[in-house]
Amino acid sequence: MSATTPDVRTIELDLLLEAIYRRYGYDFRHYARASIRRRLEHARLREGLDSLAEVQHRLLHDMAFFERLLADLSVNVTEMFRDPSFYQALRTTVVPLLRDLDHLKIWHAGCATGEEVYSMAILLLEEGLYDRCRIYATDMNETVLSQARAGIFPLSRLRDYTANYQRAGGQESFSDYYTAQYDNAVMHRALRENILFSDHNLAIDGVFGEMHLIMCRNVLIYFDRALQNRVLGLFADSLPGGGFLCLGLKESLRFSAHSAAFDDLVREQRIYRRR
Amino acid sequence: MAHQRQAFRAVVIGASAGGVGALMTVLGALPADFPLPLAMVLHLRPDAGNFLADILNRHALLQVRQAEEKEHLRPGVAYLAPPNYHLLVEEDRSLALNVDERVNFARPSVDVLFDSAAHAFGPALIGVVLTGANADGARGAARIKAAGGMVVVQDPAEAEASAMPAAALAATTPDRVLTLAEIAPLLMELATRGRRRRS
Repeated sequence: MSATTPDVRTIELDLLLEAIYRRYGYDFRHYARASIRRRLEHARLREGLDSLAEVQHRLLHDMAFFERLLADLSVNVTEMFRDPSFYQALRTTVVPLLRDLDHLKIWHAGCATGEEVYSMAILLLEEGLYDRCRIYATDMNETVLSQARAGIFPLSRLRDYTANYQRAGGQESFSDYYTAQYDNAVMHRALRENILFSDHNLAIDGVFGEMHLIMCRNVLIYFDRALQNRVLGLFADSLPGGGFLCLGLKESLRFSAHSAAFDDLVREQRIYRRR
Repeated sequence: MAHQRQAFRAVVIGASAGGVGALMTVLGALPADFPLPLAMVLHLRPDAGNFLADILNRHALLQVRQAEEKEHLRPGVAYLAPPNYHLLVEEDRSLALNVDERVNFARPSVDVLFDSAAHAFGPALIGVVLTGANADGARGAARIKAAGGMVVVQDPAEAEASAMPAAALAATTPDRVLTLAEIAPLLMELATRGRRRRS
């Protein structure tokens, strides 16, 4: 095997992703390969199949099988106040620049199960901006969206989340934001009032609307360069001059086709501002 | 031996408890012009920042830095998985990061790096399992062997934490079991031997 001659496993993966796209319309063809291969291998073993070619055969003929596979491919792991230093920078650097706006539109693209959306809601509430904001939280996966909408998270994670919240500069008692029910934390309804959860697929759908701030953290690392450029183009088109873009800490505009459209605001926290 | 004709293209290293000192020893004994790229996972707290790369850079002649996604592997550079991210190698031998679930309770996980690198490099890969108090890396070491690559395991008897090398020994038959001091000289020998054959 060499880097230039694709081996059988490479062809199998190409064909499988093509099959998903043509049969179901979900486009994973421009996802970073190593991560998607790992997830597919995990699914293959669970389903007791011998090769990705067999996975492809099953998904073409068995919708329930595909639904399981879609969950494997599209669910992203997240946490509340992930990267506390980022949320601290958001609070100290971005929030003061948002205060003059009468209303505030935020797009959280690729929100997964919603932990970071609720984090943003808490932050805006504490800063007195929540009443005038509308958060559009989107994901391509309906299952994770309904989890996000429900705002119910495993209680076992809340200790970490509380620590994150405090390290992010949170001053309140974090337990005031949820109610413990059995093994779950149910986020308070008031946090959800201005959040609209909806279906949007960054790989195929268009601009979502004009926004003041876009959050898209740890989503682009799953895409290849071409898809990253597509998505960053959507973001550039959605933000007027002065709008904010927040990426994950290991994501960068540096090598993208749209780097000229943004300035660094807080470089090490990957907070950018539309030119 | 089986690998004699193989030109190696990359080295992957996994370590956990005791790994900072172990990596200092191994990297500190490699020259600045080490002819292969190295990719490394050390288990660290999620908020460890850049401290490991900083420490290793002070001890190593070759360049040590945190991996950036989509960066192409370059000879003489040692790439570290950033804390709280898995590090993977793509088929085109560029680096990838993800935030998928922990594997063996770890992110970054040695298995994730080793699996993907075995896929990308096949027999042209050298995998090294160092000290650690868990079993991460064992499955990955077996994958490297299955793909025809070479596996080196630190002797559990001298490792600061023996569980990780011992788990690798239980999961596969490595090509070498070595003390820490013997690992860098072997890497040099393997790297230059492959190079001479290629040219």
